[in-house]
Amino acid sequence: MSWITKTLTSSIGRKIIMSVTGLFLCSFLVIHLVGNLQLFKHDGGAAFNAYSHFMGTNPIIRTIEWVLVLGFGFHIYEAFALTRRNKAARGHGYAQWKAEQNSEWTSRNMGILGTIILIFLIVHLYNFFWRARFAGDLPKMGGVDLETADYDNLYLAVVSSFHIWWYVLLYVAAQISLGYHLWHGFRSGFQTLGLNHRKYMPLIKYAGYVFAVVVSAGFASMPLYFFLFTNERGDVVSNAPAFIQSVASAF
Amino acid sequence: MAGSNPNAKPMNLTLNVWRQPNRSTEGKMVEYKVKDISPEMSFLEMLDVLNEDLLHAGTDPVAFDHDCREGICGSCDLFINGRSHGPEKGTTTCQLHMRKFSDGDTITIEPWRANAFPVNKDLSVDRSAFDRIIQAGGYVSVNTGGVPDGNEIAIPKDIADRAFEAATCIGCGACVAACKNASAMLFVSAKVSQLALLPQGKPERKTRVENMIEQMDKEGFGACSNIGSCAAECPVGISLENIAILNREYISAKATSNNLA
Repeated sequence: MSWITKTLTSSIGRKIIMSVTGLFLCSFLVIHLVGNLQLFKHDGGAAFNAYSHFMGTNPIIRTIEWVLVLGFGFHIYEAFALTRRNKAARGHGYAQWKAEQNSEWTSRNMGILGTIILIFLIVHLYNFFWRARFAGDLPKMGGVDLETADYDNLYLAVVSSFHIWWYVLLYVAAQISLGYHLWHGFRSGFQTLGLNHRKYMPLIKYAGYVFAVVVSAGFASMPLYFFLFTNERGDVVSNAPAFIQSVASAF
Repeated sequence: MAGSNPNAKPMNLTLNVWRQPNRSTEGKMVEYKVKDISPEMSFLEMLDVLNEDLLHAGTDPVAFDHDCREGICGSCDLFINGRSHGPEKGTTTCQLHMRKFSDGDTITIEPWRANAFPVNKDLSVDRSAFDRIIQAGGYVSVNTGGVPDGNEIAIPKDIADRAFEAATCIGCGACVAACKNASAMLFVSAKVSQLALLPQGKPERKTRVENMIEQMDKEGFGACSNIGSCAAECPVGISLENIAILNREYISAKATSNNLA
């Protein structure tokens, strides 16, 4: 075994892969969230569809997409490898175990939270990514503009999916899991890379809490908004609260 | 009567104790009653009372590890009511006193649980895995020669203090016992960062961390997931910052050492 594989399969090496991929996936979440905010633009999905067409066809984005696939792949693979090692390290459990008195629930249950996110990810990828990229069964935008008429109307697919109650429920549950996952994961990623300094760790810790809440609440707001306040075409319904009406009309 | 403090009254307790005759036989929890336990006793003295009772009854006494009973040696190692060294923060089992419990309590006492720490008998575990990790690199090699001057090697006060904080690790294994992953990284990190901070540790800095981590993995300890149970249960307060230092040391050693194996 070369020194590289030996390093990367050691306990610290695997942790480093976890943290590097985890922090990389955090950067993906920011981009995904910011891009998806275009769902809230009241233009019948024109901006969102143009954006998703760009993301699906631009050669640079398509190349980076493979890095993203590898990021998810290694993060999930190392999670399984580390969990196996860690479970094997204690063959005989305790009769009484009071870990809640010395640590946070989220930090001890990253695997469960990650599994919920993985299930969500499979459903999510199938419903939007697979249909847009491979199945090709999405409705087209149509309209007078010849350039955009042939674009997939992903906006309509998103909005109609967000009117299925169990789908909304899965999304919200997954975003709560993601929030807790990031609550521990963000700070943990820095710690694993050795980036723990008494001057900066409090900042990293609270930045991680804010990141976890903003990202998960941001993603969860999308299915909730369309389920509660719009019709199946994405128009705000007349009985939506006045505050939502006024914000929607501003965009 | 022992005054108005209700805690000063002798206590009667129920103990659930792990009994295991030897390494190869499966053990089980056994219930015992102990009477007239003074709140002033240490936890180990309470176990001495139990063992006296067991001896009088002609039964095998409970084996448990202990030595100095002053919180210095790191020998005592009981998992009490689901916590390393019991409910009190920053103490070893020998420094835990019965005043922390109340009359009529049931106390569960188990050995450290980790595959790298096999149970010898009852509550006594074999922690020689820690010794082997230290042997792999947790030392500085000193050649004989003339005696160096007292202040020849300048070490700034704050560095000396941080190295000393790490050096206070008594190697009891509470971190491994409390960790969900049975990871030994707090222990290893205390030794690695202590020696990495000091000039005496510099010559062997890279090989030390490489060899100690290799040995740690070989012993079958888990990997750290930054939960923090270890630092919370550590009787001498070794901080998680040391694990970050360990990771840093390991990454830079692996990236720059001349060791190709």
